[in-house]
Amino acid sequence: MNTTKRTSLNIQSLIPNRATFTRTFRVAAWLGWQIESNWTDPFLFAIYSIVKPLSGAAILVVMYSIIINGAFKSPIFPYIYLGNAFYMYVGGVMTGISWAIIDDREHYKTLKYMYVAPIHMPTYLLGRGVARFTVSSLSVLITILFGVAFLHVQIDLAAVNWGLFFVSLFIGVIMLAMMGLMLAGVTLLIAQHVWFIGDITAGALYLFSGAIFPLDVLPKYLRPVGYFMPITYWLELLRRSLVGSVAQAFPTLSRFSNTELMGILLGLTVVFAIFAAVIFFWCEHRARERGMIDMVTNY
Amino acid sequence: MNLAIHTQNLGRIYKIRGGKKTDPKELEALRDVNLEIGQGELFGLLGPNGAGKTTLIKILTTLLAPTSGQACITGFDVIKDPQKVRSRINMVSGGESSGYGLLTVRENLWMFSQFYGIPSKEANRRIKELLKVVGLEDRLNTKSSDLSTGLRQKMNIVRGFMTDPAVLFLDEPTLGLDVGASRDVRSFIRQWIDENHPLPDVPSGDASRGEGRGEGRTLLLTTHYMVEADELCDRVAIINEGRVLACDTPANLKRRLQQDVIFKMEVSPLNGLSADNFEGLPGVRKAIHAPKDGSAELDLILEKDDALGGVVNMMTSNDVHILNLQKREPTLEDVFVDLVGRSMEEVEAGEQ
Repeated sequence: MNTTKRTSLNIQSLIPNRATFTRTFRVAAWLGWQIESNWTDPFLFAIYSIVKPLSGAAILVVMYSIIINGAFKSPIFPYIYLGNAFYMYVGGVMTGISWAIIDDREHYKTLKYMYVAPIHMPTYLLGRGVARFTVSSLSVLITILFGVAFLHVQIDLAAVNWGLFFVSLFIGVIMLAMMGLMLAGVTLLIAQHVWFIGDITAGALYLFSGAIFPLDVLPKYLRPVGYFMPITYWLELLRRSLVGSVAQAFPTLSRFSNTELMGILLGLTVVFAIFAAVIFFWCEHRARERGMIDMVTNY
Repeated sequence: MNLAIHTQNLGRIYKIRGGKKTDPKELEALRDVNLEIGQGELFGLLGPNGAGKTTLIKILTTLLAPTSGQACITGFDVIKDPQKVRSRINMVSGGESSGYGLLTVRENLWMFSQFYGIPSKEANRRIKELLKVVGLEDRLNTKSSDLSTGLRQKMNIVRGFMTDPAVLFLDEPTLGLDVGASRDVRSFIRQWIDENHPLPDVPSGDASRGEGRGEGRTLLLTTHYMVEADELCDRVAIINEGRVLACDTPANLKRRLQQDVIFKMEVSPLNGLSADNFEGLPGVRKAIHAPKDGSAELDLILEKDDALGGVVNMMTSNDVHILNLQKREPTLEDVFVDLVGRSMEEVEAGEQ
């Protein structure tokens, strides 16, 4: 009896045609928004969208003011504040995409019907992430406006490099979406602790991506982790585009020009995108072999 | 004949991880399953819980990889061409409350119709039409979280039929439904097959029309309700412990027992007698004993009427009283008993 049959796969079936891609993405984005905005009262939804990010920022500000004795004019403050604000995208986009697997499998019990439907699963997951991106964008904007208005985060709109900002933001969101896809693949294979994997990953990356402190603060042997993470370069580019002088006050990446940083970010994004596709399809393949696509873990 | 479903030596083994003190185990859920189901056929898989029916459906719907063998849907391999298979199939599982509770019934169904590429206007028309068929038309704008399990099940049945697939898989579709709703669903399933056989060829590339549907739509139904299989299916495969034991029309399956005589008895408690005691009597082929509250049911498959005398004698000498005695025509349940040696309830009880 053959118990170890390995199944081959038609690679072409992994690539969607344009019609499949468009309808999958559009409807998944619609569904994602219905889920994200599913609040009885739109007013409550708006309040939540404002209060949650501000609370997170407030905790950081209070901790900072205690440790640094309220030195809000130090360049470390906008460094931390902006890093923290943009890091909301990591939680929103990356874990949002992988969360769709958990939500559909465990909560709505629809994952198997999605898999049976003629859709392109990675496109579906990316579509589901659109709503999280929108909500995160709102949170990031509110947090930054609050920082500028009340916490002396100085952003000179005339000096902002808008081109660099939007291009970096765009590439970064794609990069986070690809990381989310990778996480979604892993989620397919996990039963226990599946609810925490997104938070664990986002938490770990928080330390190694220069979000709240420059990489130089890390022990030497841990720094390579940060250098390999595209989030590190993405956050640096966003800071440079908004508050160039602050970014230059820290030596970690100061030897790189904006173009070089952009090149590294792009390169790492491509590498992560390839990794993400390979890992996702491999995990999906394994999940199908192990009968885990429609598993309900009951954890 | 163009085959809608074709499996060849299909097998599936689940590896069950052991605990800290136990070794990993292997569970053979399917073994050498060979099926040829023609287009336009309503095919039933009949077997107890744990027989392998759902495993087979999971493989055919691309959710699960087989361990051995091959499966094709309308000529496309479920492993090598899953996308082509998916554009031709749909599936409904009974006994579960899947669906986005925060969406209304219409939104849930509309969303799935869009994944299948059905134009919005056409989708809304089909949704209304099918909801009327299952008696859910007044719940169009009700949030699906506000529906009972049975009503959700009806919504899911609409989801399956709405996309007009070339091959539809219904896994225990009436599980959890009340008697009336089950009857409605069964009559709709039969009607759907009858009305759509055969269909004209449709151009490829349009997922919403069920590509490659030249000879009518096919339906594979799994059930452990004998009546459902008997009433609905053109052909039935009886499956147990992952193996297909027999596959034929319900009439032909029952004809296997035409030579036999079948009695159903209601008796007082058997006072220590068991089905084995009766099976030891001459002319008794099978005996199934089901204890009830204060009495017992005994189903007997006899080679001849005469064999009943021995059964009655044994009962009398053990002070067992006959409360009711019926001679009846063979059913699929009897066929199952004949093939497996136990009733479906006994098999399921043994599994538990």
